[in-house]
Amino acid sequence: MSKALTKAKASLGRGAGFALDFGHAWDYAPAPEATDHVKIARRYELFIGGAWRAPRSGKYFATHSPSTEEKLAEVAEADARDVDDAVKAARNAYDKYWKKMRGAERAKYVFRIARAIQEKARELAIVESMDGGKPIKESRDVDVPLAAAHFFYHGGWADKLEYAFHGRRVRPLGVAGQIIPWNFPLLMAAWKIAPALACGNTVVLKPAETTPLTALFLARILEECELPPGVVNIVTGAGETGAALAGHPDVNKVAFTGSTEVGKRIQKAIAGSRKRLTLELGGKAANVIFADAPIDQAVEGIINGIYFNQGHVCCAGSRLLVEESVHDLVVHKLRDRLATLRVGDPLDKNTDVGAINSKMQLEKITELVAAGEKEGAERYSAPCKLPSKGYFFAPTFFTGVSQSSRIAREEIFGPVLSILTFRTPDEAVEKANNTMYGLSAGIWTDKGAKIFWLAQKLKAGVIWGNTYNKFDASSPFGGYKESGFGREGGRQGLGAYLEVE
Amino acid sequence: MTQESRGQSTLSRFGASARPAPYPLFYPPPPPVDQVAIEERVAALAKRSIKKSAKIAGLRLAVAMMDLTTLEGKDTPGKVRALCRKALSPLDSDSTVGPCAAICVYPNLVPVAKQALAGSKVKVASVATAFPSGQSPLPVKLDDTRRAVELGADEIDMVIDRGAMLAGDYAKVFDEIAATKEACGPAHLKVILETGELGSYDVVRKASEIGIAAGGDFIKTSTGKVTPAATPAVTLVMLEAIRDHYYATGRRIGMKPAGGVRTAKQALHYLVIVKETLGDAWLNPDLFRFGASALLNDVLMQLEKERTGAYQASEDFSKD
Repeated sequence: MSKALTKAKASLGRGAGFALDFGHAWDYAPAPEATDHVKIARRYELFIGGAWRAPRSGKYFATHSPSTEEKLAEVAEADARDVDDAVKAARNAYDKYWKKMRGAERAKYVFRIARAIQEKARELAIVESMDGGKPIKESRDVDVPLAAAHFFYHGGWADKLEYAFHGRRVRPLGVAGQIIPWNFPLLMAAWKIAPALACGNTVVLKPAETTPLTALFLARILEECELPPGVVNIVTGAGETGAALAGHPDVNKVAFTGSTEVGKRIQKAIAGSRKRLTLELGGKAANVIFADAPIDQAVEGIINGIYFNQGHVCCAGSRLLVEESVHDLVVHKLRDRLATLRVGDPLDKNTDVGAINSKMQLEKITELVAAGEKEGAERYSAPCKLPSKGYFFAPTFFTGVSQSSRIAREEIFGPVLSILTFRTPDEAVEKANNTMYGLSAGIWTDKGAKIFWLAQKLKAGVIWGNTYNKFDASSPFGGYKESGFGREGGRQGLGAYLEVE
Repeated sequence: MTQESRGQSTLSRFGASARPAPYPLFYPPPPPVDQVAIEERVAALAKRSIKKSAKIAGLRLAVAMMDLTTLEGKDTPGKVRALCRKALSPLDSDSTVGPCAAICVYPNLVPVAKQALAGSKVKVASVATAFPSGQSPLPVKLDDTRRAVELGADEIDMVIDRGAMLAGDYAKVFDEIAATKEACGPAHLKVILETGELGSYDVVRKASEIGIAAGGDFIKTSTGKVTPAATPAVTLVMLEAIRDHYYATGRRIGMKPAGGVRTAKQALHYLVIVKETLGDAWLNPDLFRFGASALLNDVLMQLEKERTGAYQASEDFSKD
């Protein structure tokens, strides 16, 4: 080979040989968010018909901080009788106040709630991080602002619903039974309550048993906003409470966000009834990185896709599909990037990855990671020191993962990424769609045409181009296949809470 | 992936004294930079909470990284001597703060600075190559460089030919940097890209790669004569070019944001970006500098506030 050719050849690849040192040359001092002004009550009752009521059974359960394992409060456990009371209160409020109220009047309440959430943003963020384990920077900058934005957005629709569906008449459904998960407790409450109220329905909401506090703080906000009694009722409890709510004969609409397994059970339980149903379930999203992508920004997209909220995100980019020619480079960069992820106290303002939500979830993640190792994938975990107390899991990725392995097929719902490769765009499509889920996907390339080409072929409800995990109240969110059906947010989301004639 | 990277092959073409080969035809294009995502990343890093011991350590580091600069037509020996004294002992109340890394002046004032700083480790940097526009023939630029070094400059801050860069004449940009490097002799070379005139992050990235490949020891954002000067996002783009070069070759290139960094808070933000992009090795004055004039007093004010618990009046700090 001629000298010129040798040089030309050498110039073709971009190497990734040397590693950086992310040590202790300049450490950040602890920056804990002050919590002294936040008052969590010793005990919380049920919020039914505008009043705080003890559960008929007299039973309470504890909610813990997953980062300290300390008990934060005890919370009423609603049984079928309490759920019945709540549904009756909601029905009564629907007949008495809410269905008679003009949209413009309903809007005033919804806007008022939005503003009150903003006013109490700091308190809500702190409680969210204490109860759920997510980093304060996420609850402060993502969860709470988005929750307020959801109310603002839907407040705007309340008096314009007839324009959402041209030439059609719309009317509310009645009582909505809503069951929400523990990964975005306040935000999911907002996603459920805001459109329901704006569309003229009343609500019985059941928060997750490991994260009930912010929904109860929201109940206080509703009280302060003088929402008519019974328009929103909050019943705390575990799976049985949720089953009683979904199965209640006087509920007109069931909205559930959570696991695919429970979603299927709910669908079976209400089959044959006239209840309307929307399900927002699990995911195993492909985050597709082409060789022509802005690689450094794509690495940030990977981080944001899978380590945001400890990976407790149904639309997490948990399957990385990377073009084989840049696989080594991307993995090398990702490894260095993991060294700068700060794992620990959720209330520290510099924490990037907080606590796993519960012991049970930690066990599930641990079990699936062990399965990945057993199946022969190569594991890399960030070399971070985990706190001695609380439930934590080091950010982890697997290379050498095959389509058939469990960590490529099952939702881990933790900070664990499975990395696979593809050779051609067609193969990327095939592998991305080769899953029972279809909630979301990411595409990273500098070529706009490629984004549109791929987006048309991906079976996913939400597709991000050169970004990931971006949410907006005006953008509909929901899944294909076993990720569920129905949309939340945007004009499309209104349809789930309206009878369109 | 092949270890025979483009960067490495460029490096192997540098002999100890040989000039680098001309800008090669077969350069792969630099990776694209996503504007939205890079700005999001620096905004996220701006949210790091730097308090107490971390704040003090960061501010002290910032002082030690400072190229205290005066680049004006009205510069006089008296002005430069005052600035040199400030660089040597920035804070009367605490002699362990500083000294600054360097004084940055025009070539004519290099001897004054050299004399004022004699016996200290504070370096004298001189701008050269028809600073700030660079719109002069190459022999003039090279002569400018040689004379600044002869006058005693330890470091040369050159400007690239932005006109050539934007016209796509990358070979000219490359060759001028390579020739200036040769003219520098033992002096360190900082290559000013003048990012405020380059228009996009993609061009900044490309200019960074050319500056590094042609022999720059540092790459620097701005002359301070153009707005915008340094920004966190443009700095991150350049740090990523430095990182890719390091990954490929193991060679560490320095970085100098200059102009527009005026507050202690901004300086800490830049240090956070460096720490989380390039790691520990770059957290020292050999590989990271701030080109600034107003920044020093704000950093000193914050250090005094941390020491005494109260803000001092701006009149309590010498204005040199």
